[in-house]
Amino acid sequence: MHELSLCESIARAVTREAAGRRVSSVRLRIGALRQVVPDTLTYCWSITSRGPILDGSVLEIEHVPAEIECHGCGTRSQLSRFNVSCPGCGGNDVAVVAGEEMLIVSIDVAETPDLSAKPPDQAAAERH
Amino acid sequence: MGRFHRHDDGTVHTHDHDESSHSHGTEEHPGHSHDHGQDDLGDHSGYATGRARIEILEDIFSENDRCAAANRAAFDAAGVRVINLMSSPGSGKTTLLQRTLADLQDRLRVGIIEGDIETPIDAERLSGYGAQISLLNTGNGFGGECHLDAPMVARALAALELNTLDLVLIENVGNLVCPAEFDVGEHRKAMVYAITEGEDKPLKYPVMFRSVAAVVINKMDLAPYLDFDMDLFRRNLATVNPSAKVFELSARTGEGVAAWVAWAVGTSLP
Repeated sequence: MHELSLCESIARAVTREAAGRRVSSVRLRIGALRQVVPDTLTYCWSITSRGPILDGSVLEIEHVPAEIECHGCGTRSQLSRFNVSCPGCGGNDVAVVAGEEMLIVSIDVAETPDLSAKPPDQAAAERH
Repeated sequence: MGRFHRHDDGTVHTHDHDESSHSHGTEEHPGHSHDHGQDDLGDHSGYATGRARIEILEDIFSENDRCAAANRAAFDAAGVRVINLMSSPGSGKTTLLQRTLADLQDRLRVGIIEGDIETPIDAERLSGYGAQISLLNTGNGFGGECHLDAPMVARALAALELNTLDLVLIENVGNLVCPAEFDVGEHRKAMVYAITEGEDKPLKYPVMFRSVAAVVINKMDLAPYLDFDMDLFRRNLATVNPSAKVFELSARTGEGVAAWVAWAVGTSLP
């Protein structure tokens, strides 16, 4: 539901890291427990990624399924619905070990800075 | 602004982005291309396509989380404990806060951060109990933000004198999705849930229900008129959050409110 504000955070971090170079793709790793709708995120990126650094860049979203690990019996299991009962022993002393990721993994940029591009600070300021 | 970078070989390092230019020892970290200083542009002989990959590995929430940590440090420095109160719209958060303030008046110095959408109606309902109230309208008159984030709470702190308070209650925006994602610097998260919402919501919004230390089950005075199955609700809650404290109460009649207030006060003790 807050995909637009997520995209604004992503745009700020990516613009800073790109240091004036044009960005072609942004790889994200997002866990199933982060309540993000990938299509909505992609749509919001098309709105957020205006300007010389980010224009035309695409999001590549790697989805990470939710997994729990039981402290009692050590069973590690993937979840399709959230449930803290261990399928191995029925105990509920479990830890979420995957599915909460929310990372910008890497970006691809042109090797040389786009001289027509404005400095990242100015480009970021103009987006707001 | 040092940040952690994790590499495939398992090494982790931090570096400072405030420097205008830097590069990493490539002997130490082969394959690492996180160089964005102007000096080393053009030194990418391995990239025939004219593109470079920059590894970032930064949490998308890192900006928010840094701000939340600063809020928490400000609360701790002032000796204030903070509860972030979340719910769907219409569950009775504001009525519960009204009851809570009436109960704590002259006992505990309370501040309220009121983050609900659009009108100052809630803040007006909460005035008159001696609490400091900071109103954060999250919309422009036609709906608005779906959650509070840490920078919004940081802005709200300007209207509170933290040094004169014991407990701050944050009334988040009514929504069972987004508020669960944003750490605002609170010490505890709690939910208000009305029995008019049915038994199934813990299964539909597990991230929210899992995030809280306590669930207030409100509108118990309506139980005789509803088919609400409390055992089923509690089973569903235990499926996602077996350790949550549960308080059954009616904010309208006041019945059961004392146990919730005792928990909130207990939370305010370090």
